[in-house]
Amino acid sequence: MTLARRIIPCLDVDGGRVVKGIEFEALRDMGDPAALAARYNREGADEVVVLDISASWEGRATFLDTIRRAAEQLSIPLTAGGGIRKREDGQAVLLAGADKVTVNTAAVERPELISELAKQFGSQAVVLSLDVKRKGASWEAYVRGGREATGLDAAEWAAEAVSRGAGEILVTSIDRDGTCSGFDCELTAKIAATVPVPVIASGGANAFEDFLAVFTDGRADAGLAASIFHMETQSISALKKFLAERGVPVRLSR
Amino acid sequence: MKIAVVDYGAGNLPSVERALRALGAETVRAIHPEQITSARAVVLPGVGHFSAFVTGLRERNLASALRSAYDSGAPILGICLGLQAMYASSQEAPAERGLAFFSEQVQALPAGVKSPHIGWNQLRRVRAGRLLRGIPEDAYFYFAHSYAAPATGEEAVAACDHGMAIAAVIEQGNLMGVQFHPEKSGETGALVLRNFLESAT
Repeated sequence: MTLARRIIPCLDVDGGRVVKGIEFEALRDMGDPAALAARYNREGADEVVVLDISASWEGRATFLDTIRRAAEQLSIPLTAGGGIRKREDGQAVLLAGADKVTVNTAAVERPELISELAKQFGSQAVVLSLDVKRKGASWEAYVRGGREATGLDAAEWAAEAVSRGAGEILVTSIDRDGTCSGFDCELTAKIAATVPVPVIASGGANAFEDFLAVFTDGRADAGLAASIFHMETQSISALKKFLAERGVPVRLSR
Repeated sequence: MKIAVVDYGAGNLPSVERALRALGAETVRAIHPEQITSARAVVLPGVGHFSAFVTGLRERNLASALRSAYDSGAPILGICLGLQAMYASSQEAPAERGLAFFSEQVQALPAGVKSPHIGWNQLRRVRAGRLLRGIPEDAYFYFAHSYAAPATGEEAVAACDHGMAIAAVIEQGNLMGVQFHPEKSGETGALVLRNFLESAT
């Protein structure tokens, strides 16, 4: 009996469409988040993350509808976030059908946001999204989509967020994001050694070996990726088979 | 077949309702006691805090309706916090009394394991039961919780070992409960809900 390592596809959404990782014209129809969610549900994903990356107010207005439509397609957990400023934003996301909400910039500015959400919905519903860059021997937390440094040590901030009620840490390496050079395993191992909650690794995934590394050396509980799954360069079921053959506990679809 | 899905005021119910309807059940969101007592079967989903949950049930007179439904023999399925509420109390809110169908206290997951216990885990069968009928021994279920009932009582059908033996599936007469989320556990979870619905026919 073992808690399975999770494989989590991530949909970056703007104005009701998946906007990242769709590079080929032939895959244009994959831009509908509900259709992608349905596909991942079928292919054996363990969870789906939907992040609102829209810069405009109009884009944000459609996000709750996107969550509703994605949730209807899923018989697995759904995590949603992006631009959550206050408790009511988190509540709206959860009532729209998400099981968990991610907080990032607003939680750095006002850490009480984490406690407020955890108190109302439980720690299992609150995920700290932590965007970091390497700084010498440690890592620094960034906000506003990775554009602004906070001066906070990533591991220390993760520990504070957990003490305030965050139930998971989604840690994204800005250095690795989009580079296809693999997860930053030292980073995820550091966070996993610091906090007692599950750690979701993000940023840099390209090959099956990257997931193997982050589940072993990186001590991560879950691995998240976007483009490689959207473009069907890697299938989730093949990835899980690869991991299972190498002794990583995963949930295999039947 | 009409299934009451208990609405205590803060839960995320659509996914549970969707999963039940996909199996052909007719669901009614129960906010009044008579919606519980008139139903063929009752599902008690729950997320959040033990205190808010049991207080919400009592204030809406839903706790006594659940007891009536139990006395009348209607199958009742507690999910996650809904299972925990069937116990006498919880370390999450020691002063609050639960529905007390079972006498143990719900406990915080011990230090040394990841808490919350979030993700897909397997079960250890303790005895035969209805809810897991036809489901492979090594199947995975989705858990998301920081507190758990101990699998020490006679009601335990299956345990999940995560720092302690968690009561993952319980059954006693018409009372049933699962600590995992069947509505989030893919096709395997749907089988659990189907087994529950069959107990109501």
